[in-house]
Order: sequence, then C-alpha cells, then structure tokens
Amino acid sequence: MRIALFVTCLVDGLFPQVGQATVRLLERLGHEVTFPGAQTCCGQMHTNTGYLRGALPLVRRYADVFEDCELVVVPSGSCTGSVRHQHAMVARRFGDEALARRAEAVAARTYELSELLVDVLGVEDVGAYYPHRVTYHPTCHSLRLLRAGDRPLRLLRKVAGIDLVELPDAEVCCGFGGTFAIKNGAVSTAMLADKMRSVLATGAEMCTAGDSSCLMHIGGGLSRLNAGTATVHLAEILAATQDSP
Amino acid sequence: MSTFLGMPYAPRGVGHLRGEQPFPVAARAALADTQLRRNLGRATTTIRAKRAAVVAELPDWEELRAAGEAIKRHTLAHLDRYLEQLEDQVTARGGTVHWARDANEANRIVTGLVRGTGATEVVKVKSIVTDEIGLNEALAGAGITAHETDLAELIVQLGHDRPSHILVPAIHLGRAEIREIFLREMGDVDPGLTDAPAALAEAARLHLRRRFLSARVGISGANFAVAETGTLCVVESEGNGRMCLTLPGTLITVMGIEKVIPSWRDLEVFLQLLPRSSTGERMNPYTSMWTGVTPGDGPQRFHLVLLDNGRTAALADPAGRQALHCIRCSACLNVCPVYERTGGHAYGSVYPGPIGAVLSPQLTGVADNASLPYASSLCGACYDACPVRIDIPSLLVHLRARHVEEAARARRVPSAEAVAMAAASWVMASPARYAAAQRAGRAGRALGRGGRIRRLPPPLSAWTAARDAPAPPAQTFREWWRRERGDTDGTAG
Repeated sequence: MRIALFVTCLVDGLFPQVGQATVRLLERLGHEVTFPGAQTCCGQMHTNTGYLRGALPLVRRYADVFEDCELVVVPSGSCTGSVRHQHAMVARRFGDEALARRAEAVAARTYELSELLVDVLGVEDVGAYYPHRVTYHPTCHSLRLLRAGDRPLRLLRKVAGIDLVELPDAEVCCGFGGTFAIKNGAVSTAMLADKMRSVLATGAEMCTAGDSSCLMHIGGGLSRLNAGTATVHLAEILAATQDSP
Repeated sequence: MSTFLGMPYAPRGVGHLRGEQPFPVAARAALADTQLRRNLGRATTTIRAKRAAVVAELPDWEELRAAGEAIKRHTLAHLDRYLEQLEDQVTARGGTVHWARDANEANRIVTGLVRGTGATEVVKVKSIVTDEIGLNEALAGAGITAHETDLAELIVQLGHDRPSHILVPAIHLGRAEIREIFLREMGDVDPGLTDAPAALAEAARLHLRRRFLSARVGISGANFAVAETGTLCVVESEGNGRMCLTLPGTLITVMGIEKVIPSWRDLEVFLQLLPRSSTGERMNPYTSMWTGVTPGDGPQRFHLVLLDNGRTAALADPAGRQALHCIRCSACLNVCPVYERTGGHAYGSVYPGPIGAVLSPQLTGVADNASLPYASSLCGACYDACPVRIDIPSLLVHLRARHVEEAARARRVPSAEAVAMAAASWVMASPARYAAAQRAGRAGRALGRGGRIRRLPPPLSAWTAARDAPAPPAQTFREWWRRERGDTDGTAG
C-alpha cells in the first residue's frame, strides 16, 4: 500500500529517528511510504492552549497536504487525536464548514501507527527483534481519545527477544499535557514523579509509548535522575531487527 | 464564533467561587503537604476501586450514561418550562417558591425567612450550593447560627476550614486532626476521646442529636426536583439529612435552577448513576423525597429558593452549557491525577477538580477564574468517569479559547504568550519558514551535552527545573528524507 507519513513537528525537529524507524518498518512490511514535504504541524499546541485562531492555518494546511492521500500514518496518538477530534471543531469555530468537512474526510483516513498496523494492514507480528526488558506506557490520547486499546501491546508481544513487563498504574497520565508542563510545572512534576516510580519499579531498561511528547517528558525526568532507564518510541522497537538493531 | 447574551455572572464579594491565588500558586503549597498527599492518595485510590467495581456490575452502564446526558440536555433546552411547572406544582401542594437572581438575593431571602420564624439557629443538610453563596456567613451576619450536620461538613465547620471535595468535604484531614478539632471546638465532648473512627462518629452523633431535637428551621440543598409533581429529592449516607428534612417546623431548600428534571421516570436513571459514581455504592442509604407540605407530618412550612447565580450565563454558551449537566457525584475528582495531588483547596472554589475547572469559570466569568481551565493535562480520565458524559477535556479547551479571546480584547498590548503563539502559527503555516526555524533552532545544540539540555531560558526553564530536554539532532527528519530520497513535492527550505 501507499502510505503518506505525517511525521509531526516534534518528531521532525527533535526525534528524527522515530520517523526513520516508521519508514523502515513500513517499507520492510512491503509498503511504499511517501513524505509530503509541505507538511508542518497539526496545531494541537495552539488549540490546547486556547489559540484556536493560530491553529486554523495549520488545520487548513493539513487538509491541503494530505487530502489526496489514501492513507496517512502518524507516529503519535496525540497528534492523531488532534486531527481526528479537533480539526473540524477549529474550522467550525471560525465558520468554515467547507474546511470542517474536508478535515473530517482526511481525518477518517489518518491512523496512529499501531492502529494502521493492526486494523488496516492486519499485522501483529512485524518481524522485530528487541532483546531488552521493556515496559509500555499507554499515553492518555492513545488510550482515551483514540481508544487504541491493547493494539500496541499486541504488537510488542510478538517482538522476538523482548522481556515485556507490565507497568503499574499504567493508565495514569505522566503529567506532560503540552503547555500544562510549563504553566503548571509543579503539578506536572508531581505526576511525573509517580510515573517514574512506576517505571522504575518494573526494573525495565526501556519505557516505550506511542508518543514522543510523553516520552520526552518521562525520559527527561529519568535522564535528570540518571536513573538508568531510558525511553524509546514504539516505532523504534518495531523497526529493530536482528540484522539492523 | 459564539455569541454571549450578556447574562450576569455570580457577583464578587459573596460566596465561595473565587480563590485568592491562581491555581499554580495554590497548588505548589498543596503539593508540599505530605499529610494531604497521603490522605488524598489513599482516599481516591479506595473510592476509584469501589466505583469501578459497581459500575462493572451493570451491563447497561453506557446506556444509562447516554440516558442521563439526554435527559439533562432536554431539560436545559426547556428549562423555562420545567421551572415554571415546578413552581406551579410546589405552590399547589402548599410550598412557597422564591426566585433568586444571585447569591446576594438568595441570602437575603433565606435570612428573611429564618428571621420571620424568630429562630436564631438552623440545622443544615450537606449542601454545596449554600456554600457557593456563602449562606452561613450571611446568616451569621444576621445573628443566626447555622449548624452543619453532615459529619464531614461538621468537621470542616468546627475546624474553621473549607470543604475540599464535593462528596467528602474533609478528605484532606486525618483522624488525628479530626480528634483535635473535636476536643478543641465541641465543648460537650468526652475529654478521653480517641481517634478511632467509631468514637469520632459517636461524639458527632451525641453532639448533633441535641441540635436536631431543638431545631425549628432546617436548610437543605437538593439533588433533584421533579417538575411534574413538585417533588424534591436529597440523597445521603448518614441520616442526618433525613432528620433535618423531617423534624423542624420550617424547611428551606436552596436549589440551582439546573437541578430540575421533568418526571419521576427520569429519577430512575439518576438514582442508578449517582450512588455508583459518587460513593461506589449500588444505592445510597437514605433517599428523602418530599412534595410541598403534608398536614400533621413533617415541616409545615416549606420554601424553595431557585438560584441562578451565573447559571443562565453558562446556559447562554452553547458549548459550555453541558457543565450544567453535572449531578455532583465527584467521580471526576476521584480519577483526576491533578486533583489527587493538589486537593480541592487549590481550586479556590466550592466546585474543585475537573468539573470545578469548567463550572466555576462559567459561573463567575472566565476572567475571575482564568487559571482553572489550564489546571488539567487533558488526560481525559474525567470524561470517561462522568455519569452524564460531560466532555470535560473539550470544555477545558473551549474555556481556554474563551479566555484567550477575552484577554486579547481586553489588552492593548498582546501578552508575550500571545505573541509567541502567533509567531509559531506564522512559522508553521509555511514549510519554508518552518524549515528555516528548524535550522535556527539547531543553535540549541550548543546548549546540549550528551544529547541533553539541563537548563533552558524562561519560560522553558519551567521544563528544565525538573526534566532534561533533548538537544536538537544534527539533521531533522525532513533533511534526512531529502538526503536519502530526494525532494518530494516542493519541500522548499
């Protein structure tokens, strides 16, 4: 299949290895990946901070760039959630019903990575090899906006060599929340402390998730403590093989 | 864009809908209180588990939630009609209905009614709405003492404290603290009182019994009011409410106008949703219902005060009005990771937690509670738990947008944040500008060591206060793609 990658601004600018892993994984599974170069950002930061007018041109850009694509994959539950649950709302707030309809149509073809693999491509064993002790954090927007359920875990369980351990209180937010981490830094940090406590209790080397934003938060905390546990995006685990770890 | 009809908000200077400090400041103090953190962590964990167990028992829970939402939406769409029907029915059955535009009017009405009886003391059923309007203070100003009779409300009142939870107002206190409050404030208490829960409950029971038997006026809120018959309904756990609602000769009920429901059939839905969501019980121990006045049985004078206090202003906002669906179960507080760590006082309003963060700003106007819509990571746990399916995360975003729009209108010079957001939007609206900004951002690599940045300038210093930040990579994804795959469709850069 021909799949367009919406890499997200965060992955593009700060975590290019996650985008590269997504490309490597989908190509290994026999699909063609395109990268429409005019893409930028889904506008979630603007929307969730209350700057809906600032999000409007980004909503329009997303529709312009991706509306001719048959399938769009996003290595982020949160950005997929924004495309699916906020784009049409933003357009309607400014009375642009035509854009809202276009946004809904393209959102219906936009999938978070684990949704694409399990629901659209019908694959759970992607042939990955990752010989590490790993715990999985289901990010809030994957869990409660997308209802991604256990799709990421089904993919992880099929990874060869992995020692997958359950994360206690997995469904509790890590405290990132976009600009919440800045505006309410103290509360955000208190939530992070509990999440790190859970992660460290598993004895995992790696904490994985489907969102680089939450991983940047958890990983930033673990790194500050030199805790000996790091973070890795789901796409990177699924892309790893015996030949190309 | 939404239009607002200019309905009045809850007035300043009366009641408890506004905090003294913005949420992030109040939260910092709460986070440092180790006793509070432990109490809240234990209490919310216990109640979350209880709720989850009893909700899982009902195969039609999602249908019940949808029914609850539909009834509330219908009622609010025809609120004028149902309120007048309620008034007609209460009046026809011997009660008197009063309409209060705001807290001041409601306090004046209730104070006048109590004065008219000649009583100088009243007993109160647990009621958040009377706390919202600051009724106890208004009564005190008129020389009338209000006695709280709900155990937790009594503890809070004796401790000269404020409630911190909708259902469990003293959730922030441990039993040792409660014992100290009783010994200090109760007067008639046994000085050998221990902090065993049964001993504390017995002390409160003895203390309250005298109040119940001598009270001539009872004051309550209401969980529901059935328009078709004019029946009021209060649900509770302790039985103190039943005493207040039946023993005194005069009963005064203060009720927010959004509490009306059309019919008895609708109660069937809410009496299943409410106890399971709030206390995690299949059914609450006491459900009291009364319809006007019954000669020779119960209060012989019944007054119903219908309160607006900003509710019509909330109703005027098509997106915001669903906050009025709330049945005050507090399930959203118990599942909220922010509430669990800060407690209720940090929100500054009688309505704390996620529902408070969307209700309080609508009752007072967003400007008076501007920090509350941001007091959430938008994790969505509240929406999943809400028995009437209030989409709190979307409401929070909506109120943030209202705040930004109102602030932009009120200021001549835009805030630094507004400027940064406008700049970011301008940059990201163009792939060329975006790629240029990425190249400029690479200067940030100089800050990094071993791929991590330990200190960033404000406002990002709030991030690096506790977390490392990743240093920008040598090449962005789009640069890598172009290098590996060649230009695709016009990636200018």
